[in-house]
Amino acid sequence: MALPLADLYNTPDERNLLDTMKQGVIGKPLDRPEGPLKVSGTATYSAEWKRSDCAEGFLVLADIAQGTVKAIHADKVLAMPGVVAVLSDEAMIRRSTQGTAGEAPAQDVHTVDYFGQPVALVVAETFEQAREAAQALEIEYDAAAEPVPLDPQSPDAKIEEPSDSKPVKGGDLDKAMREADYAIDVEYDTPGHASAAMEPHATIAEWDGDRLTLRGSYQMLAFNVKEMADCLSISPKHVRILAPYVGGGFGSKLGITHEAVAAAIASKQLDRPVRVVMTRQQVFQTVMRRSETRQRVRLAADAAGKLVGLGHEARVSNLPDEDFAEPVTQATEFLYGGENRLLKVEVARISRMTAGSVRAPGEAVGMQVLEAAMDELAQKIGMDPIELRKRNLPVKVPVEGTPYSSRKLVEALEQGAESFGWDKCKTEPCQTRNGDWWIGMGVASAARVNVMIPAKARVTLKADGTALVETDQTDIGTGSYAILGQIAGEMLGLPMDKVDVVLGDSELPPGAGSGGSFGAISTGSAVMRACEAIRDKLAKAMGCKAEELELQDGSARHGDARQSLGELTGGKDIVEVGSIKPGKTFKDYSQASYGAFFAEVGVHAFTGEVRVRRMTGAFGFGRVLNAKTARSQCLGGMVWGIGSALTEELAFDVRDGHLVNHDLAEYHVPVHADVPALEVILLEERDAAASPLQAKGVGELGICGAAGAVANAVYNACGVRVRSFPLTLDKIIPHLPDPFASPA
Amino acid sequence: MKPFVLDHADSPDAALAALDAGATAIAGGTNLVDLMKLELATPEKLVSIRRTGLDEISADGDGLMIGALVSNADCAAHRRVREGWPLLAKAILAGASPQLRNRATTGGNLCQRTRCGYFYDSTQACNKREPGSGCAAREGFNRIHAVLGTSDQCIATYPGDMAVAMLALDAVVMTEGPYGPRRIPLAMFHRMPGDEPSRDNVLEAGELITAVRLPAPTGGVQVYRKVRDRASYAFALVSVAVDLAMEEGRIARCALAFGSLGTVPWRDRAVENVLIGEKPTPALFAQAAEVLLKDAQGFGENDFKIPLAARALAATLHEATQTGKA
Repeated sequence: MALPLADLYNTPDERNLLDTMKQGVIGKPLDRPEGPLKVSGTATYSAEWKRSDCAEGFLVLADIAQGTVKAIHADKVLAMPGVVAVLSDEAMIRRSTQGTAGEAPAQDVHTVDYFGQPVALVVAETFEQAREAAQALEIEYDAAAEPVPLDPQSPDAKIEEPSDSKPVKGGDLDKAMREADYAIDVEYDTPGHASAAMEPHATIAEWDGDRLTLRGSYQMLAFNVKEMADCLSISPKHVRILAPYVGGGFGSKLGITHEAVAAAIASKQLDRPVRVVMTRQQVFQTVMRRSETRQRVRLAADAAGKLVGLGHEARVSNLPDEDFAEPVTQATEFLYGGENRLLKVEVARISRMTAGSVRAPGEAVGMQVLEAAMDELAQKIGMDPIELRKRNLPVKVPVEGTPYSSRKLVEALEQGAESFGWDKCKTEPCQTRNGDWWIGMGVASAARVNVMIPAKARVTLKADGTALVETDQTDIGTGSYAILGQIAGEMLGLPMDKVDVVLGDSELPPGAGSGGSFGAISTGSAVMRACEAIRDKLAKAMGCKAEELELQDGSARHGDARQSLGELTGGKDIVEVGSIKPGKTFKDYSQASYGAFFAEVGVHAFTGEVRVRRMTGAFGFGRVLNAKTARSQCLGGMVWGIGSALTEELAFDVRDGHLVNHDLAEYHVPVHADVPALEVILLEERDAAASPLQAKGVGELGICGAAGAVANAVYNACGVRVRSFPLTLDKIIPHLPDPFASPA
Repeated sequence: MKPFVLDHADSPDAALAALDAGATAIAGGTNLVDLMKLELATPEKLVSIRRTGLDEISADGDGLMIGALVSNADCAAHRRVREGWPLLAKAILAGASPQLRNRATTGGNLCQRTRCGYFYDSTQACNKREPGSGCAAREGFNRIHAVLGTSDQCIATYPGDMAVAMLALDAVVMTEGPYGPRRIPLAMFHRMPGDEPSRDNVLEAGELITAVRLPAPTGGVQVYRKVRDRASYAFALVSVAVDLAMEEGRIARCALAFGSLGTVPWRDRAVENVLIGEKPTPALFAQAAEVLLKDAQGFGENDFKIPLAARALAATLHEATQTGKA
């Protein structure tokens, strides 16, 4: 039988092949194969490659927000020990490249768009020499004649509609609000966030004739090759990127960044390898930020708690001419009902480093606010917040009318509640005091759209009966190596020690890359399809149909016939490239991963400090490819949720536009002591519309709403509703009850 | 980063000679190396004092002599410290991270510089870093800044925890220098910025901290409460150190010190005098806070520190007096 290997994923693949396989490795909580390398310090990250005669570059950042470079006084610096060059090239990039751009961002660093923009590169024999020279480099600027505002709240900020999305409108929301039995009209603020990946952005560039090789820290190599080629006006065929290990990206490495282009230009000019590593402060100042948001949520409900109206309007910001606008209302479109709707995002044009994708763009901040507002509505109605959510799940997506491919939200709410002990939650705040701490519980839904990106992968079944999986897919610490190996192992009936996975080389077939929770389902589907093609050939050699073929532990079986895979190859490697592209199933169905968060917090009765005491997340995202790496993704997401709720905030000085807290001492990501026991429940689900794997994305799901659960728990604990994230103690103490009074 | 020469001193005398010759002392380097990377400190000569033998904790009469090179981790873990001066151990453990505490030293910790973001950012005006350049923090993002002891020139805090406990414990900083040994009460060690904010403390050129001496244990109830944005690895927004004794339901003795509230570790005897001899009540705590904060001045983002300090003080006194009763 011909296998349905058309690229476009137009029809849900209901065969559910993985469940019919025999190897039994898919879904298992297997260790990451590269884990031992990473924990022993022997996985080579980008800046760690040893290249002979490598020079060191150090970026020089603008200390004005907007203007033009008038003069760079390089002479003095060029005379300093070890300094070999000062570059300020028209091809160097001003802004981080947006994810999937595939082309150069704004170039020519002689124009300054924001405070902290790289304007030059100093190259020296050692990093310290380059850094010293960079500090000494004098640059003269002309201030911009017509600067844009530094503050998104400035009345002078130009407000635009996003270029790539339109408002969702239905019915008459104003009327619904007026006539509703219960109405909530609230405004929330969320601050800007940094990706704060552990590995700073770093690139080693070297040329061989007209061919450029980059060793760097990137998420989406196929796009990055095109972006780099476009920056340098060379053919993409002449750019190779190696990124076998990436120390986290969270969106900040989706597109090519400043250090990579600068390194490539310097290497060309100096005819030797050049390494450019950003300092932690530079990473904070120059790469993608998540936009701050101001969100208005309107909820109109009838007497039974059913939504009749839903408004979610957000103002975000970005530099002028950037297409990206934090898609705050992305999940609001499909999560809850309410026929009278208005969902809208607008962008304020300001001068700050590029706003772009930071883990779960849209839902990370949109869901936390929506879910906090839902809690306000539940409180107003006097209804259990879980019940309120369950009553408002539409049968089809409002306005659009598309059906849901699968949705385990009710199960997540129920199983999460059961495991967490939600029945002990007090309906009124300020009911539980434990010593100096008010204790409270909160709940929130999780939702994140499912995305597929065109992907290819090559699988080789070797004559020795082992398999090799190859794609340019990156592993940014998420488990790509593990899950791609498991898919191949399951499909080809091989134990994991017989499957090799090679990733992160742009000369391999282009996978999806890592981002948007799409890596596993996209590249994983490509691997699966390559394996299907191999199975087809094996079946033919075996004289049976593919679906009759049983592959397990390196053996093929059909009826009584049994052969080793090595024998079946006939001594010749079987090489297949699998391919997939998002097709009609993405239009026919609303696809998203769902879940629920439960948080218990303590709020210090005197100081207002908030500490999360425990948290449960229950998630349904189709098939679980690896229970350990999936759980880790969920844990990591919940940790982000804690940071987003309580501590993380980019603090800008609006007088000159500089970022004040540009290091990990003052930009407060959660540390171990902030992260208590987190429980993750993975729900069984299969979603044929989402991918042939029956899997959906999970990488970002754990954030999407998590901070809402924490904020709701804070209210439940102490009766203080803070509508400005993060919930730092200064916002809480003015409203706390008398700490010496007995609990109500 | 500027090139520098690093030498090792194998005795206090060798260290003093190196300082006399213009070297800068480096101990754990947890702050100094950062400052050097950013060129906020540009010493041409460094002398490591790690091998000077000043890393002992020893009895000194009823008191305790803590060598300048004793690591924060060793100090906090030391049996005699934990038994006699638990406040010090608690304060040290409230600071930094295990890795930093393993490296950071007693003398170095006293000399750590502020965490003011404007101080660390050479694109910004800072009188502490560059006298006369101005203070960008005053009208800037000053959430972590001081509300007591500020001047027109500087509102930066001394950020540490250890010194706050030492201040409440009446510690004395022992030094050697070109003019002989000095015993500097901790209360006199740090300098308010005044019109010379570049000088954080009273150490003279060529002077070396050799030890910190703690007087005899008080036997009091000792509590260190550090209020901060996250549960660990964050500098205090406000911290309170208390050492008090109760007698017949009244506060018989009380020493109080505050961290990250003022420009220096803060102690105000008038606050203690409000409390001594009185029954602990919320009203009394509020009265003490009023005295503590009567001259407090916020600069916008840090206004909250004023009510927060009152609350932290009440919480700390509540805990200590409840414990003291039992």
